[in-house]
Amino acid sequence: MFEICFPEFLGARCIVSQALFGQLLIGLINGSFYALLSLGLAVIFGMLNIINFAHGAQYMMGAFVAFFLLQYVGLNYWYALVIAPIAVGAFGVLLERLFLQWLYKLDHLYGLLLTFGLALIVEGLFRNQFGSSGLPYRVPDQLQGGQNLGFMFLPNYRAWVIVFSLAVCLITWYVIERTKLGSYLRAATENPTLVRAFGINVPRMITLTYGFGVGLAALAGVMAAPIYSVSPQMGSHLIIVVFAVVVIGGMGSIMGAIVTGFGLGLIEGLTKVFFPEASNTVIFIIMAIVLLIRPAGLFGRRA
Amino acid sequence: MKRIVSLAALAAVLACGTAQAQMSDGVIKIGVMNDMSGTYADLTGPGSVVAAQMAVEDFGAAAKGLKVEIVGADHQNKPDVGSNVVRQWIDRDKVDVIVDVPTSSVALAVNQIVKDKNKVFLVSGAAASDLTGKACSPNTIHWTYDTWALANGTGNAIVKTGGKSWFFLTADYAFGHALERDTAAVVEKNGGKVVGRVRHPFPATDFSSFLLQAQSSKAQIIGLANAGADTTNAIKQASEFGITKAGQNLAALLIFISDVKSLGLQTAQGLIFTEAWYWDLNDANREFAKKFAARNRGIYPSMIHAGVYSAVTHYLKAVSELKSDADGKAVVAKMKSMPTQDPLFGKGTVRADGRKIHPMYLFEVKKPAESKGPWDLYKLRATIPTEEAFRPIKDGGCPLVSG
Repeated sequence: MFEICFPEFLGARCIVSQALFGQLLIGLINGSFYALLSLGLAVIFGMLNIINFAHGAQYMMGAFVAFFLLQYVGLNYWYALVIAPIAVGAFGVLLERLFLQWLYKLDHLYGLLLTFGLALIVEGLFRNQFGSSGLPYRVPDQLQGGQNLGFMFLPNYRAWVIVFSLAVCLITWYVIERTKLGSYLRAATENPTLVRAFGINVPRMITLTYGFGVGLAALAGVMAAPIYSVSPQMGSHLIIVVFAVVVIGGMGSIMGAIVTGFGLGLIEGLTKVFFPEASNTVIFIIMAIVLLIRPAGLFGRRA
Repeated sequence: MKRIVSLAALAAVLACGTAQAQMSDGVIKIGVMNDMSGTYADLTGPGSVVAAQMAVEDFGAAAKGLKVEIVGADHQNKPDVGSNVVRQWIDRDKVDVIVDVPTSSVALAVNQIVKDKNKVFLVSGAAASDLTGKACSPNTIHWTYDTWALANGTGNAIVKTGGKSWFFLTADYAFGHALERDTAAVVEKNGGKVVGRVRHPFPATDFSSFLLQAQSSKAQIIGLANAGADTTNAIKQASEFGITKAGQNLAALLIFISDVKSLGLQTAQGLIFTEAWYWDLNDANREFAKKFAARNRGIYPSMIHAGVYSAVTHYLKAVSELKSDADGKAVVAKMKSMPTQDPLFGKGTVRADGRKIHPMYLFEVKKPAESKGPWDLYKLRATIPTEEAFRPIKDGGCPLVSG
């Protein structure tokens, strides 16, 4: 065990190495939420060129669907993990067919404004119905309790969050970057006319991609339900940070979203120890620096 | 156009009669400003507008010939937004009194504007005791509770039962700082000590990092100097990380009925905290709560809602006696000179520094088995009498009384 001390401008705190491991692990857990959410955003932006500002609201809807399933239907967390993304994803498909499909040829700004407006409406409706204080949702029985790792007490549920979201992230990356289906998708964004000439239904593929991205948001929402309050504004708190993550990673880059999601979770975790007052700001400082040095983001392909 | 204006003026004169001829522009306009959409929306929010409406109705304003209008606005917990709303309200919309205003940083900004413009400010939502301390104003009354009263109630109770070493988890803005300062003073006065603190951004969602810091401090008590979703999330996560099981105790320095409801009794049971009002204390409160919930989506009133009701009632009394709402300082002076009385807070007074005083209550959250209904959440542990509940007037440093 050793001590690490930081200079005056960082708060002049000392921390023992064991506590530091705990903080790093927690950063990684928060990072897995960032990664999962920014992954959905990156998929939607990369494939549809839509800046999906409704992502936070869709994340919140995922958590609420989990709550409804438990409260009114009696279906537990594990069912919610499957049903909520499908239900909210279907809602996304509806949005895409009704609104978004008309916007692909227009400036990004239109998609941003539309989805932002939709997010406000959805949040307002939920707040009207359920209030703002949040609804309780229990950690599933199988994941109650935790492990004593020596340097910290790790709740089983948090361990599950980190493992599961990492798996989802890597599978998504693999499907899009390494399979035939993914190559169709990428080709369809580059040149839809040509891909259509091969007999592929491009509009349907785009619709389903949006539904998939939205489903990822809902999945993150279900995973957040047991640890954060299920409340209408839970998404709007997170969405701005997640956008910063996507911008840092490079808009539309899948791997970029995953790596920066986890990475920024770590950095934010460390800031919470050494200079907690700045922990909300640090991500935006990094964003500003990255944009100055690499305007396309760390993993961005386009200049 | 001229014709329409003069017709309207005539109609107004005819409609108003003589009683409120001296009211500025003929109408008493009440502006209820708070967090309508964010983390404090259930404990203040639209419910405070409902409470103000009920106060106006119960006062019988219409029968007394007073014309009262209520407007509401969302300050989003941002001092700049709140300041803009209040300036517009006073300058353009002729609002005479600003009510509620949770989020101390916003309340402190509004406090200054209302003083400059000589209107009236009745604080129910905000907590910082500075509002009757160094920032006190002849135009402001701090109605329901403050950080000193919370610290005094909860801090005392916990230190006296053996919680001697404290670590604070503090929301990083005026309210959190004031609550931490006032509680630390109580802890130290009673022979306890503060071993550390961490200030978290407001609002925050993940507290695990801060909680681990609190854990490694080895303090007996983790004092939560925050409110709303910040408090409920911190409590939930403390139990998730086994912090309470490992022997450290939480002190929720400010917690509202909506927070306890949101946590659920299973998680919240046993918490000890201080409040100014609870719906199930007596018949008058129960009756109010029932009527209120019917008009507020079934949500029961918080102490802030009750405070809004009580403050608006007293304001209307003062204005109808003065027969004028034009001079804010005069109205507040009148309110200070009259004893307060209403069904919810009973008899009380407003001190020279602007502090409304009444008893405070130490509550404990019930065990799930003890609760008989969805809103049956608290049991009373102790009543803190009026004369001990609030900071002595000489200790506040309010320039109105010292100089």
